[in-house]
Amino acid sequence: MEGIIGYGAYIPRNRIKVEEIAKVWGADAPSYKKGLLVEEKSVPSPDQDTITMSVEASKYALKRARINPKEIGAVYIGSESHPYAVKPSGTVLAEAIGATPEVHTADFEFACKAGTEGMFVALSLVKAGEIKYGLAVGADTSQGAPGDALEYTAAAGAAAYIFGRENIVAECLETYSFTTDTPDFWRREYQYYPQHGGRFTGEPAYFKHITGAAKGIMAKARLKPSDFNYVIFHQPNGKFPFRVGELLGFTKKQIEPGWLVSKLGNTYSGSSPIGLTATLDISKPNDLILIVSYGSGAGSDGFVFRVTERINEVRDLAPKTRFLLENNRNYLDYGTYAKFRHKIRKAE
Amino acid sequence: MREVAVIGVGMTKWGELWEKSLRDIFVETALLALDDAGVDKIDSLIVGSMSSGLFIGQEHLASLLADYLGQTPVPAARVESACASGGLALRTGFIEVASGMADIVLVSGVEKMTDVNGNEATYALGTAADQEYECYHGITFPGLYALIARAHMEKYGTTREQLAMVAVKNHHNGSMNPLAQYPYEITVDGVLCSVLVADPLRVLDCSPITDGAAAMILCPVDIAKKMKKPLVKITGSGQATDTIALSSRKDLTWIESTYQAAKKAYSMAGKKPQDMDVIEVHDCFTIAEICVTESLGLVEKGKGGKAVEEGVTSLQGKFPVNASGGLKAKGHPVGATGVAQAIEIVKQLREEAGPRQVKGARVGLTQNMGGSGGSSIVHIFERS
Repeated sequence: MEGIIGYGAYIPRNRIKVEEIAKVWGADAPSYKKGLLVEEKSVPSPDQDTITMSVEASKYALKRARINPKEIGAVYIGSESHPYAVKPSGTVLAEAIGATPEVHTADFEFACKAGTEGMFVALSLVKAGEIKYGLAVGADTSQGAPGDALEYTAAAGAAAYIFGRENIVAECLETYSFTTDTPDFWRREYQYYPQHGGRFTGEPAYFKHITGAAKGIMAKARLKPSDFNYVIFHQPNGKFPFRVGELLGFTKKQIEPGWLVSKLGNTYSGSSPIGLTATLDISKPNDLILIVSYGSGAGSDGFVFRVTERINEVRDLAPKTRFLLENNRNYLDYGTYAKFRHKIRKAE
Repeated sequence: MREVAVIGVGMTKWGELWEKSLRDIFVETALLALDDAGVDKIDSLIVGSMSSGLFIGQEHLASLLADYLGQTPVPAARVESACASGGLALRTGFIEVASGMADIVLVSGVEKMTDVNGNEATYALGTAADQEYECYHGITFPGLYALIARAHMEKYGTTREQLAMVAVKNHHNGSMNPLAQYPYEITVDGVLCSVLVADPLRVLDCSPITDGAAAMILCPVDIAKKMKKPLVKITGSGQATDTIALSSRKDLTWIESTYQAAKKAYSMAGKKPQDMDVIEVHDCFTIAEICVTESLGLVEKGKGGKAVEEGVTSLQGKFPVNASGGLKAKGHPVGATGVAQAIEIVKQLREEAGPRQVKGARVGLTQNMGGSGGSSIVHIFERS
């Protein structure tokens, strides 16, 4: 059996509140907070990017996995904010954790589901016996155009997973992917900010694909919503995961441990993977967990995990996700935020 | 002039129809109308559409739709009067039949509004206002109607709650209309707590962006009499204009074009406002319904808000207004709205309106309005 042998999350310490953004655009903060169920979001420092956050999260995953990084056969980063258009992010991560040179590396992109995509492939290579360990990271310093609704949620964070066949923390019982050509959100080459189809991003996009993947994987695994202790859905805002959960028959109680978006924002490729780290942090042996990601374009990946006894040994070896979310926070004003996010053009 | 009857109606569920194109929704409803009428050939096709050019990049609409309905070489025309395009299509078809130019006329309205984003839709709708004197200064339709609402509140003491009651009533009616975009009940508190759009109007005071089509078949009464269906005649038709720019009006709270169009329709039908059993009005915003009930002469000037509060315009009231759910709950695919209003009245007069049926309705009225009242079209229908 294969599964997760180590996991780790990273969340930058900077935050900006919805009120601070709304103030600048003359928008009604209470409406946004109520409409999105988001209060604040994480912001990367000027020297942080998808690569640095991937390194931080991977180091925590290695602390929990307690393996020799040289034995990692694959290093994947899924992101829509890779710092380079040409030149991989994964090579920097592989070098930083000491996994080079005998390692397969690739960068993934599939809007918000690039993280679970990397997880899917790393897990599959382990399953196939091609590699002993595989590392997959979902990370983003998400872009939202100034003044756009996305600016209230586009956040930064990363989650890393190491897959293997021994000392498993959460064994993977099933995987499933649900994909169609649905252009609800995109960013073309040379564009700085993504565009989205407004309400089209809801029903025919997020809801169709998540319910499709969740129903598909539950049918394949012969499980029903009440069989699971916890469920994590992609979190573009606070409302969508609860609504899709309700549609599928999950309870708030099953969703809440992995629901971080109100204080974290939408970390795009990191969103559901970070939610899974927070859920593993509080899970007990034999707990069943369902995770369903969503990426625009569009598709969803689903995984069913069963937590093992080993969770009790590794849980405290690295910082827990809620701890990263709730401690050491530094609140920014909009000006500093604009500078940190490189929204201010300086003289060349 | 020949007497004109409605012998067939067709409408499908309205909403965000992302998987269908404009021609799909038109053909679906047109086929339903042909089927309902029991005819397979038409002499003329009229389609009302406000802005297929801006919404889907398609002009030359009438020929396209005649083609996709399989009715070429039938003469076909697209008519436009902003949000009253559907009403104008009905009036144009009525004139064709009444004049003897055509016997069987397909009258339809269609708009596909969700293929563009919110900003583009707002821009397209804004073209119904005066570009040079209104739009260039930044105002959009919620802003214009907010000015009307504020003026009505100041002048007549109309309350914020009374505005909300229009939306609550129409959603109550709409909850019984399976074809409505939002067939749900809402509450006064829900309206008052919804997102502010243009003070004092909130999002639940506004009709939505909708994809939808509606179609009906008109013919001379002599032919209609041979059909086995209840006979519904169009006995009055009135059309009028007013200044497009709100700033040019003497009284912001009075819709003169509706008053003038209604006067002509009442006179043609030989009816008075008190004779109306069921009424569909253009509630693009809650305040619009209040002003229109006054301009139609259903309630006294300035008493539109009070009338809603007292239940005068509810399904059981003296003048049931917007039994279909109105634009608010049924949806507002601009070009289709005027035709859908007429369909509701036909269903009511045929006693086919199900749980929202106004008992014993024999005479009905539709009022369809362009922009902030720059044009209005009123029709009166009777069952004989």
